Amino acid sequence: MEAFGLLIYGFSVLLTWKTLALMMVGLVLGIFVGVLPGLGGPNGVAILLPLTFTMDPTSAIVMLSCIYWGALFGGAITSILFNIPGEAWSVATTFDGYPMAQQGKAAEALTAAFTSSFIGSLVAVLLITFLAPGIASFALRFGPPEFFAVYLLTFCSFVGLGREEKHKTIISMTLGLLLAGVGMDTVSGQLRMTFGSNELLRGINFLVAVIGLFGISEILLTMEERLALRGHAASISPRVVLKVWKELPRYWATLLRSSAIGCWLGITPGGAIAASFMGYNLAKRFARDKDSFGKGRIEGVFAPETAAHASGTSALLPMLALGIPGSGTAAILLGGLMVWGLNPGPLLFVEHKGFVWGLIASMYLGNVVGLILVLTTVPLFAAVLRVPFSAIAPMIVVSCAIGAYAIQNAMFDIWLMLVFGVVGYAFKKIGIPLAPFTLALVLGNRAEDAFRLSMIGAGGDLRVFWSNALVGSITTLALVLLFWPLISGAMAQMRNAIRRDARLGTK
Amino acid sequence: MSKPEVEIVVEDPDPPARDSPAVTSTRTVEVVAALLLLALAVLLGFDNWRTGMSWDSTGPQAGYFPFYLSAILAAACLFGIGKEFLARKQASETFVTRAQLRRVTQVFVPTLLFCVVTQWLGLYVASFLLVAGFMAFVGRIAAWKAVLTALLFSLIMFVTFEIAFDVIMPKGPLEALFGH
Repeated sequence: MEAFGLLIYGFSVLLTWKTLALMMVGLVLGIFVGVLPGLGGPNGVAILLPLTFTMDPTSAIVMLSCIYWGALFGGAITSILFNIPGEAWSVATTFDGYPMAQQGKAAEALTAAFTSSFIGSLVAVLLITFLAPGIASFALRFGPPEFFAVYLLTFCSFVGLGREEKHKTIISMTLGLLLAGVGMDTVSGQLRMTFGSNELLRGINFLVAVIGLFGISEILLTMEERLALRGHAASISPRVVLKVWKELPRYWATLLRSSAIGCWLGITPGGAIAASFMGYNLAKRFARDKDSFGKGRIEGVFAPETAAHASGTSALLPMLALGIPGSGTAAILLGGLMVWGLNPGPLLFVEHKGFVWGLIASMYLGNVVGLILVLTTVPLFAAVLRVPFSAIAPMIVVSCAIGAYAIQNAMFDIWLMLVFGVVGYAFKKIGIPLAPFTLALVLGNRAEDAFRLSMIGAGGDLRVFWSNALVGSITTLALVLLFWPLISGAMAQMRNAIRRDARLGTK
Repeated sequence: MSKPEVEIVVEDPDPPARDSPAVTSTRTVEVVAALLLLALAVLLGFDNWRTGMSWDSTGPQAGYFPFYLSAILAAACLFGIGKEFLARKQASETFVTRAQLRRVTQVFVPTLLFCVVTQWLGLYVASFLLVAGFMAFVGRIAAWKAVLTALLFSLIMFVTFEIAFDVIMPKGPLEALFGH
């Protein structure tokens, strides 16, 4: 197995004191970020990104991805102890996790959450280890038309499969694509949409937008709510851990099902949030006594946590293999790759073996260390919530400003961040989704370049997108997904009509 | 073993009143946002039309994509406005209550001031003022605690970014005094 050899090579890259120390720092910061209300995975990664600007790419990605794992673990702590989901993907964990804490089984619930998170991630990492190199080497044969088709597929699946109102998804996506186009046109060198401003010449930086949209707007939203909270304190003893682990094999079906759902939704842009709910609902549907769900059933913690983590981790697969992020956080990591001077895409597996396999190895190690860390330090992190929000809010604002400024050393970016903060606040409240915007902003230029390069190659003939079986089927699939709501509606109508005819026929 | 009676309780010194009157409805904000985005779409569309939005021999010109994206954005905004207009008889949710708006201003205005001060006095002095001021006036935390926390935070930030990680921030007269 070639993957094994490369994985061992990855571990050899990873096992230096400096990298291991950065890993620990990343995990602790990540759990911290996950526990705090008003901060989450994408914000945390975006705000802490500037710390990594002067590091070498491998150390940087290891630290950032560990922040991400930490945030995934941390989200469960507040859901179970305080009934406050630290992250949107931990909402489903509160359904059974909080009742368990109320019954005095907080330690069991936490152990279950952390363990199932670990299992979900592990399944996803195994998938990445054995699937990503294959996909990448397949994608090496892609030309501009194929890449454009894949980008189109990503955009279309957001519009067609998203749960939000379609016109709002379209507004969010077109706005992102438009802002991505501000500045110098990479193909012709012409200036676009700059209106004579020198500041806009550089373009609108993706990370500045993300810090504003997620960081600042989240502070505004959190401030709006009541900040008082009341919850349980808990510590986990080894005895409880062993007890929960002994029960684990009984729930193999739930764990497996949730992992599969998570992996699927992570690779496609469904996301961890959808995955956690789907994992929970399916576990409920397959259970014999459905009524016990929501009253503190351990399976109700296993199912959503496994799915959320499997999804959060597998979202990195398309990012590594194709340069297309499967989630908001993956999009930010992709932005990081560009800052460190790496070109995301299948060539990473060839040109930057140390980086890719170091990252994959860090996923294994990060999750093991993370699991041990959260199991031993829960009381400490739960106590973080005692810190008043009025102390944390201004610190987050300062960290956001540092992050925004550091990217291009521009004061203009701090103002831009503030504007995006207000925009994000308004968008969240009127239901315009931010994920399509983020994705469009990071992929916009690459998608346009791919389109125009294919046009130059084909002499302006649009039929190049159906010129061979591969690109043709991806393009067609993209269009089918775009119009999926219409198509599925028409199919349902047809089926009804047929049924009606059949009924008339039998009469 | 966990004890359920061990509780962590954090109080909100100044919670927003639950019965506060609404400032505006979600529908109004939705329509206003759509109108603003529509204006932006028209502006960008015009600029791209000026840049060149047609096909030449090698494919689309620089303004081709953004022009049609502006058109799609405008269409989606019009659709949204039309939809809200048709549904105007149904009640709409509250976008923000007066008490909530007051709380949001409480954090937004200091953030705005922070950005202004950063431009003149540098980021670290501004961050000291923001943390200390916010804790003392909004959080109603004892002044000495607020000042101490702010001082420590700004110092840690300075050491982390400026010294340990070589990330350069905007600096003002105070840092110049210390030779940075």
